[in-house]
Amino acid sequence: MRKLPDSLVRLLIVIAGLASVVLCIRFLVLPRSLTDMELHKQSAVERELEKPIQFAGSGICQECHEDEPATLAAGYHSTLSCETCHGPAQAHIDDFEYKPKAPRQRDFCPVCHMYDPSRPTGFPQINPIAHNPLLPCIECHDPHDPVPPETPRSCEACHAEIARMKAVSHHVQLECKVCHEATNEHMLHPRAEKPTKPANREFCGSCHAEDSDTVATPHIDLKTHGGRYLCWQCHYPHFPEAS
Amino acid sequence: MLRRKLLKMLTGALPGLTILTDPFARLLAQDEETAAQELPLYGMGIQVDRCIGCGNCMEACKAENNVPPEPTHMRTWVERYVIDSNNEVHVSLLNSRNRTSSQIDEQRNVLRTFFVPKLCNQCENPPCVQVCPVEATFKTEDGVVLVDNERCMGCGYCIQACPYGARYLHPETKTADKCTFCYHRISQGLLPACVNVCPTQARVFGNLKSPASPLTRLRRLKKINVLKPSLNTAPKVLYTDLDGEVR
Repeated sequence: MRKLPDSLVRLLIVIAGLASVVLCIRFLVLPRSLTDMELHKQSAVERELEKPIQFAGSGICQECHEDEPATLAAGYHSTLSCETCHGPAQAHIDDFEYKPKAPRQRDFCPVCHMYDPSRPTGFPQINPIAHNPLLPCIECHDPHDPVPPETPRSCEACHAEIARMKAVSHHVQLECKVCHEATNEHMLHPRAEKPTKPANREFCGSCHAEDSDTVATPHIDLKTHGGRYLCWQCHYPHFPEAS
Repeated sequence: MLRRKLLKMLTGALPGLTILTDPFARLLAQDEETAAQELPLYGMGIQVDRCIGCGNCMEACKAENNVPPEPTHMRTWVERYVIDSNNEVHVSLLNSRNRTSSQIDEQRNVLRTFFVPKLCNQCENPPCVQVCPVEATFKTEDGVVLVDNERCMGCGYCIQACPYGARYLHPETKTADKCTFCYHRISQGLLPACVNVCPTQARVFGNLKSPASPLTRLRRLKKINVLKPSLNTAPKVLYTDLDGEVR
């Protein structure tokens, strides 16, 4: 067997020496906390767990407040947590001197209940400009039991979706009977006798024609606008802005 | 004589041996523990047709997690989708500070419109974890993706890699930050802040493994979808009533 040249042997010794130094540092000198990812992750998780809590959670309020949570649980707002309206309350639990907010201004409830086309159909919404202007919501509605105040309901009892839509449209001031004639028979047997609908263009024209004397309504020329179509075939009268 | 020597040597070596084997012993003990009490696997359900776009979740998240107030920094946010009659999709961010202002422009040809709450999807195969060069972001045993903000160096790879745009660079710590499912709350049995304040139960939180959690009930009763399923990230945020246009 041929002997390796001396220079190569020396080089190999140097390489081996360097490698052993590196391995020594890596496995003996460096502390485990620098090399082990598990320790890092563990400490990150621990730091995460130590973060302070702001929202106390939905169950804890009832330990002191008895009436409001019970009322809340029985009403339309039963899915709300106290902190949805009253804000983060852990500070109140730590120190009773701190009082969570109790919003009473008129601009608070519309955060959820103002009309917004992206909101799901059927969710109760109002137009804050037309809906009892300037009155705080709490005058008529108890936020813990938000039943709408007792108002005489006629058409709305069955046609709630139309009523809600009309409530946020420019036709909010028009009563149903302005355009529809519903007999008593319709209330008893809704399908036996149906209410009337405007059957000619002149009916809408009584407000919207050029020669009508209403103010602040859009006026059009009945002779040239829309041809032979009836108005409601293009414009939805319960929400005329929509089309 | 020889036996005594051997015994002496062994007793001397025993502490050294335990030190050497200690990590293995601890690992074994951990395995036994996890077997004894199975860890939860956290997930969230989002019922899109219940979201009213009130923005309570966004505000609660900011209050709970010290998220900076700017609308560019969000751990959870709500998008407004407007699909017009040309089938064009307009997406806008719900403004959390001035919540009532974000209205649809006078677009008269709206086909349909709705809100979609979004947050970190806590993927089972998280792309952000793959790209992190210093292993600062990782998945915990209970399925939550966390960021070690002492190890993170703020390179922003994960922010680029997240297909859901769920991460942002925290302006104070200069590290990546994202939704943790409120890890400090859920480990105490509380709900995440956004779920806690959601008025319509559009957000549902629970343990995916438990047969009794509200999330399991949701998965049983509703048709479930996830965002960008083709990426095979396996999100743990499950959507119901999700429109096909939502990306």
